[in-house]
Amino acid sequence: MSAQGPSDPDVAVETGSQVPPAEPVRRAEPEPEPESRWHRALREVATGNAIISVLAVVLALIVGAIMIAFTDERVQAASGYFFARPGDTFVAIWESVSGAYSAFFQGSIYNFRRPDFAAGIRPLTETLTFATPLIAAGLGVALAFRVGMFNIGGRGQMLMASAAAGWVAFSFDLPFGVHMFVALLAGLLAGALWAGIAGLLKARTGAHEVIVTIMLNYVALYLVTWMLRTPGLLQAPGSNNPKTPPMKDTAIFPAILGDGYNLHFGFLLAIASVVLVWWILDRSSLGFQFRAVGENPNAARVAGINVKAMYVYAMLISGALIGLAGVSQVLGTVTTGFSSGIDAGIGFDAITVALLGRSTPWGVLAAGILFGAFKAGGFAMQAAEGVPIDIVLVVQSLIVLFIAAPPLVRAIFRLPAPGSASRRPRPNVTKEVEPK
Amino acid sequence: MKLELRGITKTFGTLVANDHIDLTVEAGEIHCLLGENGAGKSTLMNVLYGLYQADGGEILLDDRVQSFAGPGDAMRAGIGMVHQHFMLIPVFTVAENVMLGHEETRFGGRLDLPAARAKVREISDRFGFDVDPDALVDDLPVGVQQRVEIIKALSRDARVLVFDEPTAVLTPQETDELMAIMRQLKESGTSIVFITHKLREVREVADRITVIRLGKVVGEASPTASNAELASLMVGRAVELTVQKDAPQLGDPALVVQGLTVVDPIGQLVVNDVSFEVRRGEILAVAGVQGNGQTELTEALVGLQPRVRGSMRLDGNELNGDSVRSILDAGVGFVPEDRKEDGLVAEFSIAENLMLDRAEGAPFVKGGNLQLATLAEFAEEKVAEYDVRTPSIETKVGRLSGGNQQKVVLARELSRELRLLVAAQPTRGVDVGSIEFIHKRIVETRDSGVPVVVVSTELDEVTALADRIMVMYRGKVVGIVPGDTPRETLGLMMAGEAPNPEGAAA
Repeated sequence: MSAQGPSDPDVAVETGSQVPPAEPVRRAEPEPEPESRWHRALREVATGNAIISVLAVVLALIVGAIMIAFTDERVQAASGYFFARPGDTFVAIWESVSGAYSAFFQGSIYNFRRPDFAAGIRPLTETLTFATPLIAAGLGVALAFRVGMFNIGGRGQMLMASAAAGWVAFSFDLPFGVHMFVALLAGLLAGALWAGIAGLLKARTGAHEVIVTIMLNYVALYLVTWMLRTPGLLQAPGSNNPKTPPMKDTAIFPAILGDGYNLHFGFLLAIASVVLVWWILDRSSLGFQFRAVGENPNAARVAGINVKAMYVYAMLISGALIGLAGVSQVLGTVTTGFSSGIDAGIGFDAITVALLGRSTPWGVLAAGILFGAFKAGGFAMQAAEGVPIDIVLVVQSLIVLFIAAPPLVRAIFRLPAPGSASRRPRPNVTKEVEPK
Repeated sequence: MKLELRGITKTFGTLVANDHIDLTVEAGEIHCLLGENGAGKSTLMNVLYGLYQADGGEILLDDRVQSFAGPGDAMRAGIGMVHQHFMLIPVFTVAENVMLGHEETRFGGRLDLPAARAKVREISDRFGFDVDPDALVDDLPVGVQQRVEIIKALSRDARVLVFDEPTAVLTPQETDELMAIMRQLKESGTSIVFITHKLREVREVADRITVIRLGKVVGEASPTASNAELASLMVGRAVELTVQKDAPQLGDPALVVQGLTVVDPIGQLVVNDVSFEVRRGEILAVAGVQGNGQTELTEALVGLQPRVRGSMRLDGNELNGDSVRSILDAGVGFVPEDRKEDGLVAEFSIAENLMLDRAEGAPFVKGGNLQLATLAEFAEEKVAEYDVRTPSIETKVGRLSGGNQQKVVLARELSRELRLLVAAQPTRGVDVGSIEFIHKRIVETRDSGVPVVVVSTELDEVTALADRIMVMYRGKVVGIVPGDTPRETLGLMMAGEAPNPEGAAA
């Protein structure tokens, strides 16, 4: 009965194609790392079905609507006399939910209350501005996922990139364009190196990248905090606050739609990164090796692919992409000087974005824009309707929850499970036989 | 006890693993269940053992309908199973293993070990097993461990014993002893279901043979049927069992291995001072029971083992110390033993797998860009040439059958300019039809002047392919003998006995 378990029909089907090797004598495998169950689950989550992603968002929005209704004071008041006039409650629910989501729409995509198109479309540009670092960092996390690694060091990598790019941007005097380019490069390099530490440690010593990147988050946070408090490093001269001076104009990302909008050059860089990552993963030799290592490191090694080098390269590229998120924050969004909160949780949101985008570049682009909309629209929802901003966070978290549970989403929407037959139960009849 | 299965049906999703299977095993009969890998034998036995619930059909013991919710019920009803992979705890003694799961206790919850010991002795004496109840299982040879499994089943009064591929891990001598044991059990009235795909064993021991193909019973045969008849029943068409090959056109020695030693991570010498040479146009088959250093030897040849001493020279160039990449580039083709783990990326398409070990440089990569058109063309060509049964070259390799997967590996390795082919277990888990094809390809490779090293634990394969046979035992070479060495000699060598002088002289 070899490798089969009672509750594991898939395995039983698989044994058809291979007899598991029998090993009477102990044989130590020279494998690099056997993939852990946790890793495999993670990878399945990361590369799940596209429809699941969409439906997870829908579900999360529905649950979000329920919460908006529950937290709305008018609904609470109306439900107090529900049995006298139930209609009031439903009207209140409708008003609160539709009001909140329409405020959300107007805050994130198009504001109908503005007279002209130029002002009306402003929320969409805000969405894209918020989306910029999410796309860049999401790409970084997604790329690492595809190589079988979980980079949760986005925060540290963003902080290091911000610090490096910011330092170049406020302390050097260089011509316009060149300054920006040098600052950008410094940021990308810092992010790449910070992630590269984790890659190198994994390749050289087998240290698990999850642990290392988490710990490097703290190292980066306190290192940057210290630098922000130390005059002559990052702290603004003549100030006691842990904050940098403003970036010099020559280094700031130009606004791409004119001064009326916050959308900056960083967005174009993020889009370019999407194309770049797509090329790397789907069209380049390097990406082929990345994916081979991510799917089956043993086979990759046997095929002569340098698995350890791939881990390092992947972390370097992943770190540079997350670094771009940090650079776009300091050179594009918050140009008046930054403190240690500059990462704004983007390093962690990026994991959600990568999951929602199924670790594909185009998926990450879409997911990043959606999350940008959550940020832009969430504020509008709070301002216009008094809906707590926390609900947006809950919706975001629910998306992750639903994506992590594809069977749940399938069950709710009655989708067929992949590879399953008709659901008609087979009769399990046992006929009575007379003993002789 | 008479066992009867009626109309057993078991499906997994859309796959029908067992389709209305009827099987009757009379008391005191050895009934062989013959079929290729994936034919549904193991599923059927798991249904019988209560591990799976059948979707339809019934199980009868002595004409009484049974319903098994789990293996416990099956055991109580008198069904015992000897698994291919032993379900023994290595650090326990034989007696402890035998009582495991049915621990009898004395006053105060103390284990009644003496009773278990007595039981082991009693069964052991009855069948002449010669098993010491106090020996640690870890210290016992594989063949004896298997007897412990049998004792375990018998100690629970099993009257139907299922042997699931019991000979996969045994030397030929141990296999013969097992056959003798099975005959003894039969005399004492035990019914035996013997699952295997090895034709020789079937004919030796079976009273009746039921052949299963694609989840269905395709026929019954008597043990007097010829190998060819049985094979064609299994496969569904006529199969050529012997490999047609001419005498080798021997060239110069191409691969020269001297004093090769491989140390595993815990410091054991898994390959111990091995020296041999392979000439151009020659197949050297490495025989031996699984786990005697053959795997590590092949891995060392392609640079996958980290601690290797000695020298391996291919056409005069030292390979030891080179990276896998440069060894592959030097023209070494490698068919790994475990194709799912080491040979293929299951989630990749056939085309992608075909370029797996040429992921850098020509012809599939130009300037860092994948040449997808070239790859598609190449893949179409190879799929046709190697008769890979697939809907398209974009199909994920994990969805192919074992035989087709192995053809993809072979197509990839043989489509490079080879100076040496190393094939480990090239036909393990492969259907009979594909075995034929793969063997032909290996012989063709030899005939084109490439030296070939084939590792196999199947004597049939070794004798079919080999020009010379090297037998390994505990990491050492027992001897290198001509390809036509009789099986008995090879069997003794696989158990570690040095060959007789005339064999050694060759």
